[in-house]
Amino acid sequence: MSNEMSGVLHVDVLVVGAGPAGLAAAIAAREDGIDSLLVLEREHNPGGILRQCIHNGFGLHRFKEELTGPEYAQRDIDRARELKIEIQCDTTVLSVEADHTVTCVSAEHGLQVIKAKAIILAMGCRERPRGALGTPGTRCAGIYSAGTAQKFVNLEGYMPGKRVVILGSGDIGLIMARRMTLQGAKVLACVEIMPYSSGLNRNIVQCLEDYDIPLYLSHTVIDIQGRERLSGVTVAKVDENRRPIPGTEIQFDCDTLLLSVGLIPENELSQGAGVSLSPLTSGAVVDDALQTSVPGIFACGNVLHVHDLVDHVSNESFKAGHAAAAYARGEIAEAQTIEVRDGSGVRGTVPQRIRQGIDTEIDLMFRPSAVFRKATCVVRCGEREIARRKAPIFTPGEMAVMTLKPEVVAALDGPVTVSIEGGE
Amino acid sequence: MTTDILIIGAGVVGCALARVLSRYEADIVVLERGADVAEGASKANSGIVHAGFDAHPGTLKAKQNVEGAAMYPALCEELGVPYSQPGALVIGFNEEDRKTLETLVEQGVQNGVPGVRLIQRDEVLALEPNTNPEVLCALYAPTSGLTSPYEMTFALADHAAVNGVRFRLNEEVTSVEKGEDGLWHVKATSGEYVCRVVVNCAGVGSAAIHNMMSEDKLTIINRRGQYYLMDRMDPMPFRMTMFQCPTKMGKGVLVSPTVHGNLLLGPSAEDIPDACDTATTGDILDFVLDKSKLTWPAASTRGAITNFSGIRAHEAKGDFVIGAVKGQENAYETVGIESPGLSSAPAIAESLGAQIAEEQGLARKAEIVPTLKREKPFHAMTTAERAEAVKADPLNGRLVCRCEVVTEAEIREAIRRPVGATTIDGVKRRTRAGMGRCQGGFCSPRVAEILAEELGVPMTEITKCGGESRLLVGTIADAMTKEAE
Repeated sequence: MSNEMSGVLHVDVLVVGAGPAGLAAAIAAREDGIDSLLVLEREHNPGGILRQCIHNGFGLHRFKEELTGPEYAQRDIDRARELKIEIQCDTTVLSVEADHTVTCVSAEHGLQVIKAKAIILAMGCRERPRGALGTPGTRCAGIYSAGTAQKFVNLEGYMPGKRVVILGSGDIGLIMARRMTLQGAKVLACVEIMPYSSGLNRNIVQCLEDYDIPLYLSHTVIDIQGRERLSGVTVAKVDENRRPIPGTEIQFDCDTLLLSVGLIPENELSQGAGVSLSPLTSGAVVDDALQTSVPGIFACGNVLHVHDLVDHVSNESFKAGHAAAAYARGEIAEAQTIEVRDGSGVRGTVPQRIRQGIDTEIDLMFRPSAVFRKATCVVRCGEREIARRKAPIFTPGEMAVMTLKPEVVAALDGPVTVSIEGGE
Repeated sequence: MTTDILIIGAGVVGCALARVLSRYEADIVVLERGADVAEGASKANSGIVHAGFDAHPGTLKAKQNVEGAAMYPALCEELGVPYSQPGALVIGFNEEDRKTLETLVEQGVQNGVPGVRLIQRDEVLALEPNTNPEVLCALYAPTSGLTSPYEMTFALADHAAVNGVRFRLNEEVTSVEKGEDGLWHVKATSGEYVCRVVVNCAGVGSAAIHNMMSEDKLTIINRRGQYYLMDRMDPMPFRMTMFQCPTKMGKGVLVSPTVHGNLLLGPSAEDIPDACDTATTGDILDFVLDKSKLTWPAASTRGAITNFSGIRAHEAKGDFVIGAVKGQENAYETVGIESPGLSSAPAIAESLGAQIAEEQGLARKAEIVPTLKREKPFHAMTTAERAEAVKADPLNGRLVCRCEVVTEAEIREAIRRPVGATTIDGVKRRTRAGMGRCQGGFCSPRVAEILAEELGVPMTEITKCGGESRLLVGTIADAMTKEAE
């Protein structure tokens, strides 16, 4: 790192965020020989959201064992320490510009301006708040996003409520249903507007069914009551257009409503840099090297698209770290790209582009647009079928992956389409 | 507690009056039933400084609106409150609307509104290209402005407080009686206040307070308005405030930027029995969206940050009631201050304040603190200014609210102000922490910690908005102990 007279700090690779994505990307870049490497983290400790995920189930794919969130994060933190990667915590990035200028602020270092050869965006995602749902009612205390409640319980040691309804069946909501129950709260219901859960099946079983918490599919909260603290919510069944059906109302007396209604990649910094976003993933449009529309700016993890498993986040982020290292060394040339399109039954395939003339294995990741049973996922290049996989079930709650073999990638000569065919 | 002047209600009118009266030698106390100032209509309205063409010439509404609006630019500058003047359009779609708009223009001219005129379709679409193309004509009022109604109220309260006014929050008035000692005896939540002069600025409660003092009864109709607040958009679909033709229930649904660059859709107008029922309802929110589409066909709830409602205090006869309470000595009132109440507040305060000072023979203080010192918000600073701000106070280097770029130093300052924040909502309205797209998901635990530190209370006592609105029901340690037992 060098500090010019102007006060601008120069680095080869800058990573924004020290959650699982940022840590993996930094580790990969350092392992590729990048000495001038800096990771910026706004929290007091690295590890990101894993720090508050004290339940187990992390790392089954990557480490072949069951770890808690903090344990999973610690492995990467330890590796980063071993590699002497500099992680500057308590530092908030204020802006990222297309010319790779990053401005950040911290109490310790004041305002810093950093210029990087390559930037890796790894800011993660945030939870969709109540306002985005437009749920009418009062604006009382006792309504939290599931992650905020998780932070209160697991990191701060406070109980946000005693009688709980959970709106949305995202994984954090399911995990919190169990966590609140174990802590003595009564979880009355988990309410999901879609006819299927958006969470992992294992969480439905282990967090709801094991504790006899009812899951109301095709239901939503239509009214919120309570002047100061929440006193109740009204739940109703919805029709196929997700409109409440009159006469199906169920009243729950509760003091807490937890929202687990979706995660949104946190891309305000990316937008400031001029990075093109996909309306389907709300993350950057990237090529197979995870390079965004702005050359030298890479994205990985939940800021790119919301993952279900941290193992996938780490894998993706290692790739981003390797690619950013190559870019910083001047080894990534501009290339023509082939478009990757969503076919029927498929939403938000990442990457959206594949560089021509490469011959590495590529994972195409996407979400099924509905539940398909006994269906087949087919990848085509033009009319030509290049990959196919049958599965007993494809569901929006679980990200699907199709792997293209190196020889297949090398032979690509036209737009690639991913679709789910057949099935029930 | 004994005082010279007791003001009931710490909304924008009560606080503006307190500020004007703080220039005089008098002991002044303001009572507020909420946990903060600006807890009623002053926190939940359109934030528009109306140009003044709506009210009928000769009414108090017309006079106070035009005078008040003219005071806004300087007042906001003086108090460090955001203000902008993008102008407004009232759009019409047919010949009947055209007649209404012609009448409004005429009214505007009679009321003394600067620059108000009728413009035709082409000019409307040139000024605001996202307007419904079926528009026929519009009233154009270039002096229509925007402010932050609660920030204005906070600043008025702080300025009054630095000049000696005392604010007593969580004090709901239950009776007002003239004692045999000739003084007013006002019973409130924590006890009795005895004062020489009482002023009723109680918003939706103003008729009830009036009726405690007067045989000539007044009636407040609680007129609820529901809104959608949208995230910032780039580019914003409208630069100006877009009204539709008014109806007898009010100015109708508007589509307007806020002074902070969000977009506001609303309000509805429903008369409801409960003056505290600020719930929103699905059917009315749908109505607001539908009505907004008349102005802006592309309106949708995509990008909605929140929905909220406020209750306007509509006096049954229609106009503001301002001045001495008839048949009583040493009692004054502002009743039925609905829209354009925010616009009128500075003028109401000046004229009523002058009347009280004269009739009560109040002497001017030799010296007052002339303005409020407010630091520029961190989010509005240039990079160089930010660098200086962090040097001056390292706590400016700790960002608490990432969506709205609010620092820990700013949050602590908001709690330490003369009439400082004591709740999560109080911090939010003073600093914008939690106002953004994540709606406090990330920052509210940290804001609660800072509040607990600054106020010297446990985290479990921190509330969203006072009363029983506690964020937390206990500690995990307590929950474990109970389970063990």
